Amino acid sequence: MYRSYVLVCGGTGCTSSGSLKIIERMKDEIKRVGLQDEVNVVETGCHGLCALGPIVVVYPEGTFYSLVKVEDVPEIVEEHLLKGRPVKRLIYDEESSIGPKSLTDTDFFKKQYRIALRNCGVINPEKIDEYIARDGYEALGKVLTSMKPQEVIDIITKSGLRGRGGAGFPTGKKWQFCANVPSDIKYVCCNADEGDPGAFMDRSVLEGDPHAVLEAMTIAGYAIGSHQGYIYVRAEYPIAVKRLQIAIDQAREYNLLGKDIFGSGFDFDIELRLGAGAFVCGEETALMTSIEGKRGEPRPRPPFPAVKGLFGQPSILNNVETWANVCQIILRGSDWFSAIGTEKSKGTKVFALGGKIHNTGLVEIPMGTTLREIIEDIGGGIPNGKKFKAAQTGGPSGGCIPAEKMDIPIDYDNLISIGSMMGSGGLIVLDEDNCMVDIAKFFLTFTVGESCGKCTPCRIGTKRMLEILEKITKGKGTMDDLKKLEDLAYYIKDNALCGLGQTAPNPVLSTMRYFKDEYLAHIQDKHCPAGVCKALLSYNIDPNKCKGCTLCAKNCPADAISGTVRNPHVIDQSKCVKCGTCMDKCRFGAIYKK
Amino acid sequence: MKTLEELRAIRDKMKNQIDLREEDKGDRIRVQVGMATCGIASGARPVLNKFADLVQEKGLSGKILVTQTGCIGLCQYEPIVEVLEPGKPKITYVKMDAGKAEEVFEQHLVRGQALGKYTLATQDIK
Repeated sequence: MYRSYVLVCGGTGCTSSGSLKIIERMKDEIKRVGLQDEVNVVETGCHGLCALGPIVVVYPEGTFYSLVKVEDVPEIVEEHLLKGRPVKRLIYDEESSIGPKSLTDTDFFKKQYRIALRNCGVINPEKIDEYIARDGYEALGKVLTSMKPQEVIDIITKSGLRGRGGAGFPTGKKWQFCANVPSDIKYVCCNADEGDPGAFMDRSVLEGDPHAVLEAMTIAGYAIGSHQGYIYVRAEYPIAVKRLQIAIDQAREYNLLGKDIFGSGFDFDIELRLGAGAFVCGEETALMTSIEGKRGEPRPRPPFPAVKGLFGQPSILNNVETWANVCQIILRGSDWFSAIGTEKSKGTKVFALGGKIHNTGLVEIPMGTTLREIIEDIGGGIPNGKKFKAAQTGGPSGGCIPAEKMDIPIDYDNLISIGSMMGSGGLIVLDEDNCMVDIAKFFLTFTVGESCGKCTPCRIGTKRMLEILEKITKGKGTMDDLKKLEDLAYYIKDNALCGLGQTAPNPVLSTMRYFKDEYLAHIQDKHCPAGVCKALLSYNIDPNKCKGCTLCAKNCPADAISGTVRNPHVIDQSKCVKCGTCMDKCRFGAIYKK
Repeated sequence: MKTLEELRAIRDKMKNQIDLREEDKGDRIRVQVGMATCGIASGARPVLNKFADLVQEKGLSGKILVTQTGCIGLCQYEPIVEVLEPGKPKITYVKMDAGKAEEVFEQHLVRGQALGKYTLATQDIK
């Protein structure tokens, strides 16, 4: 029996900053000092504070070490594990003046409410026993031994759970539709093709708590009368794929998947299908087509998948985060769940914080939390004292929330009313240095690249929109272009075949709604207010401040700067490539952008 | 596995290990074993392990937190064990060993009766 546990994050974020080497070294060091029978090292899923990885937590104290390096490991072992003296310099310290804190004491964790992420960072995802210890498979047992399929659907419907993948369709209703269609063969699918730039909560759930998804899918199989499940997971998530396969194997070994589960006579099994990286395969009909082995293209609905889905059979498809809520709702009841959140959006939502924010990572908050709380309290605010400009939610399908809407409680309907959407939960924070036209261009470039090409509005329409945006950012746009851009946006929204095309214009429309002045500045004044669009800015030297040190001229890669020693230098605008090197090098602040 | 009982058996077996990783909400009894150089030299490690094992064996991880602490300055009385129970005065046991640890666990932690004979107060401090 162990007296202490060292939890090292093995999520993708921490793994890429070297956590696997830390685990290895930790085990070696523990053995060296002879503590291998007293202290156990556990590789867990993501804790959420990815910016501070690799993360190491030592229990029972709950000491939270951040930014740990392999070289720090011997010190942690000798000081903390052997002598009981936590290594203060490595402890995460929010204010740096307040003393060492444990994990749940931090502002980052205090305002969170973890349902979908409850096991992430707590259990070893490769051990089914640890999942069971946290009431794992209890919900499945309860459902199979004491509930009727309709009762399961009723609980989910009553809880108010809505799809966490983007559109927010009521989960219970979806199950009900499918259950109502008579058929011997039905399928349960899991959408783990998380493609929005900046979103990684599904990966985190799969890496940190894969059994929660398997258990929930089995419950749904019982509820709608299906015996086969598929998880469509992108191949770019190798750790998630590996842990899912381990989880499936372990569940089969315990007969929690397979024939006659819990002696109830109910059979269910799950298989993995790997996606090859097409964004459109996150759309439900395209995803099912891809599972069938065909080219991943969407098809018109109806018929909806609940009637005619995978292999032409009634099917349901839910997102990973949606599945991660299901078992807890079964165990704790629909009233418990519907007490969390707002009137029409129940429960919690996981957001992936990224961009200009201190605590890059994953946070799970009750619906109805304001953007201000997420960014200022949990996210730790904007670095370098910069001013908040907007938050982009919903990835390439979503839009921007400007500073004046920061106090709106975040839920599905509020976000749509201000021209954005929940999407899968990517939340990218933009500050005064971000150009909104450039942001719109970034997301549109993504959709143009990912358009499957099946329908004309999306294939050609988004391309034309992108061309107009490029024209504007080069200072060649006209007011007529702006009108055309808007018309085209609404046309594509109304006519595209699937969600990808229908939502592709959203980033443009929402930036035009809230940041029209920036578009106008680009078109009328040929000026980029944030100083991002290269074609519209020039670097200049203030002759009064320039001391003629020649440093800028020496570092200029394009030989665009001329001048003699101790005399003010000049930048030749025709040669300048606008790389900004001179500005970084100048010690006198003599170079400015305009 | 065919029954819910089998599932629960696994859960109960594993629960104590997982409970050890629960964040301390301040409602558990804290057992702090002095594990500085002085403590280790006079044999604190077997004491710490005895407490840790007993707590897990009896399934009390959710109620009792066994942790190490540094030197409190009374090196000649090591191994020192402090028992901190919310709302009660701190009890300090001195010159502990694994056998005394077992006694303290049974009498104090389980039955709630502090063992006067091993406490600092009864020792002759000169």
